[in-house]
Amino acid sequence: MKKIFSLPVIALSMLLACNNKSDNKTGSSPVDEVVTSSGQEAVKDDESAKDVVKVAMGSKDHTTLVAALKQAELVTSLSNAGPFTVFAPTNAAFDKLPGGTVDGLMKDDKKADLQNILQYHVAVAGYKAENMKDGQVIGMANGDNITLSVKDGKVMVNGIANIIASIPASNGIIHVIDAVLLPPQKK
Amino acid sequence: MKFSSKSLSALLFIVTGLLLFQACKPKGTQSAVSGNAASRVYVAPGKYDEFYDFVSGGFSGQMAVYGIPSGRLLRVIPVFSVDPEKGYGYSEETKPMLNTSHGFVPWDDLHHIALSQTDGIQDGRWVFANGNNTPRLARVDLKTFRTAEILEIPNSAGNHSSPFITENSEYVVAGTRFSIPMDNSNGDVAINTYKQNFKGTLSFIAVDKTSGNMSINFQILLPGVDFDLARAGKGKSHGWFFFSCYNSERANTLLEVNASQKDKDFILCVNWKKAEEYLKSGKGKKTPANYAHNNYDEKTHSATSTMMKEVVMLDPKDCPDMVYFMPCPKSPHGCDTDPTGEYIVGSGKLAATIPVFSFTKIQAAIAAKSYDGEYEGIPVLKYESVLYGEVTKPGLGPLHTEFDDKGNAYTSFFVSSEIVKWNIKDLKVLDRVPTYYSVGHLSVAGGPSKKPWGKYMIAYNKITKDRFLPTGPELAQSAQLYDISGEKMKLLLDFPTIGEPHYAEMIPAELISKNSVKIFKIEENANPYAAKGDNFARVERKGNDIHVYATSIRSHFNPDNIEGVKMGDVVYFHITNLEQDWDVPHGFAIKGANNGELLIMPGETQTLKWIPEKPGVYPFYCTDFCSALHQEMQGYIRVSAAGSSVPISFSMGKTTPDSISTKATN
Repeated sequence: MKKIFSLPVIALSMLLACNNKSDNKTGSSPVDEVVTSSGQEAVKDDESAKDVVKVAMGSKDHTTLVAALKQAELVTSLSNAGPFTVFAPTNAAFDKLPGGTVDGLMKDDKKADLQNILQYHVAVAGYKAENMKDGQVIGMANGDNITLSVKDGKVMVNGIANIIASIPASNGIIHVIDAVLLPPQKK
Repeated sequence: MKFSSKSLSALLFIVTGLLLFQACKPKGTQSAVSGNAASRVYVAPGKYDEFYDFVSGGFSGQMAVYGIPSGRLLRVIPVFSVDPEKGYGYSEETKPMLNTSHGFVPWDDLHHIALSQTDGIQDGRWVFANGNNTPRLARVDLKTFRTAEILEIPNSAGNHSSPFITENSEYVVAGTRFSIPMDNSNGDVAINTYKQNFKGTLSFIAVDKTSGNMSINFQILLPGVDFDLARAGKGKSHGWFFFSCYNSERANTLLEVNASQKDKDFILCVNWKKAEEYLKSGKGKKTPANYAHNNYDEKTHSATSTMMKEVVMLDPKDCPDMVYFMPCPKSPHGCDTDPTGEYIVGSGKLAATIPVFSFTKIQAAIAAKSYDGEYEGIPVLKYESVLYGEVTKPGLGPLHTEFDDKGNAYTSFFVSSEIVKWNIKDLKVLDRVPTYYSVGHLSVAGGPSKKPWGKYMIAYNKITKDRFLPTGPELAQSAQLYDISGEKMKLLLDFPTIGEPHYAEMIPAELISKNSVKIFKIEENANPYAAKGDNFARVERKGNDIHVYATSIRSHFNPDNIEGVKMGDVVYFHITNLEQDWDVPHGFAIKGANNGELLIMPGETQTLKWIPEKPGVYPFYCTDFCSALHQEMQGYIRVSAAGSSVPISFSMGKTTPDSISTKATN
């Protein structure tokens, strides 16, 4: 009986070997081809307006932010339909952090911290600067809030970061800010 | 008889070995589906198909686009029927596309496909389609996959012999299936005066080389037979067109019997270059007519409909040597020219043979006046003089023939439910495969062109029965994909289709995909009702018409609070999609609308007409999931009583607008 049991196994392995061979030879797309797809950031499209990630990538003042978004694996999310409001600290803003902070956050074991900080710069909604109100509280993607203050038409975030420019993107708005926003310490 | 366990296992081993040997053999002829069929049609997630397949949607009135070899449905293009999914025929901008001399006709029966050609090769610019019921011809722009133009055909009924195309897209044709009294004659005649009063026409519709715009260059007035299908000559026969026709008996009742009396009907050979000469020399007769010519403009995002008032008619009586009848056995249906243009294959639905005519012999017969009398004043060529040969006993009920890149022909047989492959030169049958079931048209990739791509053939079947999971009395019709790259045809795949698939054409994907439009540039939007930014968003009253100029962008409408509409008003929502991002349309729908929704492409403006039925507040919203806050993309419009003094007001983002009164005052 043992012999009989072993037959299907042999048959199956031979059959598989046979099928694989013919697939590779004649298949227009082999069955065993595994396609590792990227997110929407990899879509080839030179016609559409740029999304928030592509706008940031095109700015020489945001290379630190872009590197951080990649390290935090947020590029795919921010290439999605949105709508997003992104507060985008400049390279100079990152440079104002204590020495070694950025390098520390870019380490693989600090990915969760980096994600938390970057998500604190993103709101899922379209907030235009001209509609911002003094004292307005906005819930950010990481779950914490920011508070806006508006004086003489100028917007400040959390009392530390000035909006120095606003750039429309296909899937939202980028507000360039001159300081990095740090999420409130967890109690 | 008893087996020991030892001998049993030995036997099993042998049987298994044999089975494996069978499985490893290049597919046996006894198996309907070849062993590697799955891998041949598998297109991995994220990968593209090799071919686009443009398939008629039959009585759905639409055209479907599939990817081949996967059989995945990529798109349904609304052509002759309204499409609530896309707002086609519902928006004010698209309604004129379906205008005809009979008024707004929201449905038709789309039968055949013709891809535009340059030098006899598919060029991927446009695809033409015929409306069979209310005779029309449509052109779909393959940059946008949208219907760009619809031309009504006068003096026609049952536009079946259409829209076959010449090798440089000089003409698409429209031949009438049902002969009728001509439009400008008194049509109120007894039906049994058919032979005196009923005529057939063939329309030659010129296609502008640059814009693709269609215009009827001339019509040819012909005896009242039923024109069925057609093909242009190509290569050496360029300048000629071949039309199959049945009912040479000119019966007007029980055609099933009465139009099958004669041994032979005809293929009509038209020398259209000669027709052009007659036209130039003034032989054409300007004839009053009334037909719609509808164009969709991608700059204004709007269609216009113009009533045309005249056609030029050529009568063979005044134009000798322009048309010849060629006898063809038993109610010919398909009439197909091979890639060289030398051979014309007629498929008599009731014939036991497939006649193959030679263009060279046709020319010689005309020169030698080798006639077999006349039919209604038109010379009939002698069958034996024009025949290259016959494929004998090929199958039952031949319908259509297409060609590959290796000198082979493929003919579909409805009655015997099969496709037969045969060699054009020696007329020998090479292979046959069953279809499941009752094949109508078949299509080889590039099959009607001078350069067939070969590789794939698809059967479009009329009967589905048990091929798919049952869905009640009606099933989706089936298409069957075959590999024709080898000597034997191999069935690879079944896939369901929309409506009834008549004819279809496959074209290599890159000829089209590289030109596909992603967005409409907002700055080029020339719709007079566009609001190209928030500062243009407004509501205006003009008498009883309320015009809402609204914008949509993730994730709001501007304005989204509107008041001041009164009973008796007609509201036009002009929605401009400000997005400039591929595949981000916004929809627009309002409660109680008696028509449909809008689906507005990025950069486009579309208009929905709405007549409120009673005072109240009506919500509107975006129908196409556009963003994370799609559910928030909504608004309200308030409708007050007829005599109300609520002023027009509109806003977005204001929580306490001072201009809005809190109650209606009468």
